[in-house]
Amino acid sequence: MNFNWLIREFRHQPFRLDPLLCGLLLALMLLGLTVLYSATDADFGMVWRQAVRLGMGLALMVLASQIPPAWYRRWAPWIYALGLGLLIAVLLGGVGRGATRWLDLGFMRFQPSEIMKIAVPLMLAAWLHKKPLPPRLGDFTVCALFIAIPTFLIASQPDLGTSLLIAAGGGMVLFLSGVRWRWILAATAAAVAALPLLWTMLHDYQRNRVLTFLDPESDPLGQGWNIIQSKIAVGTGGLTGRGWLDSTQSRLEFLPEPHTDFILSVLAEEFGFIGVAVLMLLYAAILLRSVFLASRARDPFGRMLGASLVFLFFVYLLVNASMISGVMPVVGVPLPLISYGGTSAATLLAGFGIIMSLYSRRKMLKS
Amino acid sequence: MTFAATTETLHDNENRRIVDRRIWFLTGLMLVILLGLLVRFGQLQILEHGAFAARAENNRVRLRAVAPNRGLITDRNDRVLAENRPAYRLVMVPERVEDIPAMLDQVDELVGLSAAEREQFQLARLRNRPFQPIPVKGDLDENQVATLALDRHRLDGLEIEPYLTRHYPYGAALVHVLGYVARIDESDLKRLDADNYRASTHTGKLGIERHYESILHGQSGIERVETNAQGRMVRVLERTDPVPGQDLKLTLDLDLQLAAIDALGEHPGAVVALDIETGGVLALVSKPGFDPNLFVSGISHNRYRALLESPRRPLFNRFLAGGYEPGSTVKPFIALAGLASGKITPETRVFSSGSYRLPGHSREYRDWREGGHGWVDLKSALEQSANVYFYDLAHALGIDRISRELALFGFGQPTGIDLPGEFDGVLPSRNWKRRTLDQAWFPGETVITGIGQGFIVATPLQLAHATATLAGRGMAAPPRLVDAEPPARMVEHAPGHWEAVFEGMHAVVHGKRGTARAIARNIPVEIGGKTGTSQVFGRPDEEFEIEPEELPWFLRNHALFVAFAPFDDPRIAIAVVAEHGGGGSSVAAPVAAKVLERATRVAP
Repeated sequence: MNFNWLIREFRHQPFRLDPLLCGLLLALMLLGLTVLYSATDADFGMVWRQAVRLGMGLALMVLASQIPPAWYRRWAPWIYALGLGLLIAVLLGGVGRGATRWLDLGFMRFQPSEIMKIAVPLMLAAWLHKKPLPPRLGDFTVCALFIAIPTFLIASQPDLGTSLLIAAGGGMVLFLSGVRWRWILAATAAAVAALPLLWTMLHDYQRNRVLTFLDPESDPLGQGWNIIQSKIAVGTGGLTGRGWLDSTQSRLEFLPEPHTDFILSVLAEEFGFIGVAVLMLLYAAILLRSVFLASRARDPFGRMLGASLVFLFFVYLLVNASMISGVMPVVGVPLPLISYGGTSAATLLAGFGIIMSLYSRRKMLKS
Repeated sequence: MTFAATTETLHDNENRRIVDRRIWFLTGLMLVILLGLLVRFGQLQILEHGAFAARAENNRVRLRAVAPNRGLITDRNDRVLAENRPAYRLVMVPERVEDIPAMLDQVDELVGLSAAEREQFQLARLRNRPFQPIPVKGDLDENQVATLALDRHRLDGLEIEPYLTRHYPYGAALVHVLGYVARIDESDLKRLDADNYRASTHTGKLGIERHYESILHGQSGIERVETNAQGRMVRVLERTDPVPGQDLKLTLDLDLQLAAIDALGEHPGAVVALDIETGGVLALVSKPGFDPNLFVSGISHNRYRALLESPRRPLFNRFLAGGYEPGSTVKPFIALAGLASGKITPETRVFSSGSYRLPGHSREYRDWREGGHGWVDLKSALEQSANVYFYDLAHALGIDRISRELALFGFGQPTGIDLPGEFDGVLPSRNWKRRTLDQAWFPGETVITGIGQGFIVATPLQLAHATATLAGRGMAAPPRLVDAEPPARMVEHAPGHWEAVFEGMHAVVHGKRGTARAIARNIPVEIGGKTGTSQVFGRPDEEFEIEPEELPWFLRNHALFVAFAPFDDPRIAIAVVAEHGGGGSSVAAPVAAKVLERATRVAP
């Protein structure tokens, strides 16, 4: 093997992160830990554990930012293949609560679907690299398969939320590659046509979630409870909120899982519309800065990969905030970098590391 | 090489342009969606804030009624007759229990749960919201509390809570006066104000507890409590204290009450002692009684049946609802009617040969003593209870006159005592018989009314009240256990008439031939009295050969005695009925003597 390209790249690279993006991410995580303290009913132990996890995620981000873009491109097929293999391994025998998502490695448990969140856009961007854009039908079909296979595997775990995120991330790359609008329309039409088929494949609890979403008041104590209680929490926050640690909806246990998927309800109740607006501004700043970095990547591979990771992050936010405010069904998607739990945070932070890596390389080339 | 690099660059440049266009398109879309989300939150948090705030409030804040403490009941000397004792009970919040019947089975397994308790629980569930705790089992003993606490993990949704339970320290001695409280049942619900009883589990069922329910119960309070999603109370936000029920002080004297019960001995019966001046009830006994505390915690079906079917009828309130022929105790009142009508004077003499016949009739009415009493005037007729004298007088007066005069003393009408369930008694007249039996009145029926037999029926309370009215020379107040009323004039008679009757009643006890002369040496003061015998079996004109001792006890006559004391300045009137006691002189009079003896020691 010839590693000269690697040595060459690293020789010219000083240790580099984007300070603005790092600052924004830290601010977001601090806000998240503050809300988490309240959502866990002032359990400092849980806040500390989450801080440690975020720290590990940040380390992953720094690591990812130091890896040269070319490395990502070359290793894309192997990463994708590894992820796919683990997914199959999980399907054959994993552990979890009813749904099989985890792979127990003995020393740690880990969700292979997280790898795919990055591996799918990576694989697609690498495949389309050096191909004429917009992609020809053949490339388009291959890419669609790259998306469909892991999406199907994860959906059958079953993990509807993650499979949608994977499909969104892959779809994003295709969209960025300039796929013609009429193809997009055709694909959308096909997806709509396939909805009844999808419906028959859904598990009962998944169907219930959709039905409840359509009319939450029909079952206020059962399936509709989550949506109703979340909307009550948000609405009762008003303009300025009840104040930190004063969320009655969370403290009195009306909110389901206030520290994970429904943490935004707690924030909205305690800090009101002003708090939500500040959070949204923070997210918007992170997104815009990341888009800016991605758009300054050296080649189309970098731009497609970087931008699709940014938009994946945005999809997390969109799905979670829509669920909290009752405009989408309850899907198990956390509020990015704020909900309790380390897996998705690690993936997202690694994504930001990749974005920084893509950006920094390009600047080096100029100088 | 250079060319290749250039075409590659050109190729890349074109691709970058395509990608960049899509990036900016998506960025724009992203910003629009973010703004849309913000608008959605603004809609929920600003426009619809009011509605959601109200729903959050409904979520967590619940109104909870707080039961007031029931008023205590004391006797005239402030001795507590009904108290509230701290106890523990098991309560259930129905919405926190998934399978309620199964949970009740579990409770049954641990501490026992009767069918009645289950029924009460279901009833209480109907009138309470599912988040309100409902009593499952009251008055738990220490072992039961310990058993339940040990198995707490199996009893989610159930809690042991302290409360106050009604307790009657004197039990059966006062049950017919006080009544008792028991779990609210369906018929109570129709009567009671649902709002005020939301937190109450018990209500007065009988006696004072029932009559003064509204005073004893008090006003329920209300609490605004914060509850969590499981319905468990977190804290009290605001509280309007309940207004406790008022304490009731009875006119009753506990010592006298216990003495009267003691004096009755083994006889079922009744004793009523009234304060003549005020109408205040000093002692009020119906024997046997039963333990009211059984009913507070919920009596078992078997025990209740045993009470219901007992031949001694402990559930029957004899002084209030027991109708007895007054027998000879009615004679003083007949005598007064005779004096008032002018048919007799105190000196009028009648020869008692031992039997009496109405002119033109063959039927013979006998005196209680074979051979009669010879010549008797009013005083000796009362002293010896000579029947013939009163047969003759009754005939002379006629039933309507008798009825009118007896009505003045309260016969045939409720006394108005502050207890529920009083029996009117029966005061016969021509009209009464036509109305109720649709029959004509026979003269013979007037004759036996003269000695208090036939249709006439009075309660022990009525007898005591009539005696009090007599001893008060026509001034009387209705018998009361609480808040005695000032006496009013009930009957008007010439002054000499009262004294004539009093003398006769004095002779009953203190005369040489008085029917109750045996008790004279047992009482410290002089009194006036009258014995009586209430027929259970047979008629006075039938065979005399059967000795009372030969009859089964439940066919033996009831023994009656009415009296007032002291003779010179009457303060207390008393009526005694000893069921199946035989003769008034031998059984009832000694009971009265004991009570009066005790009363003179108690009252100054």
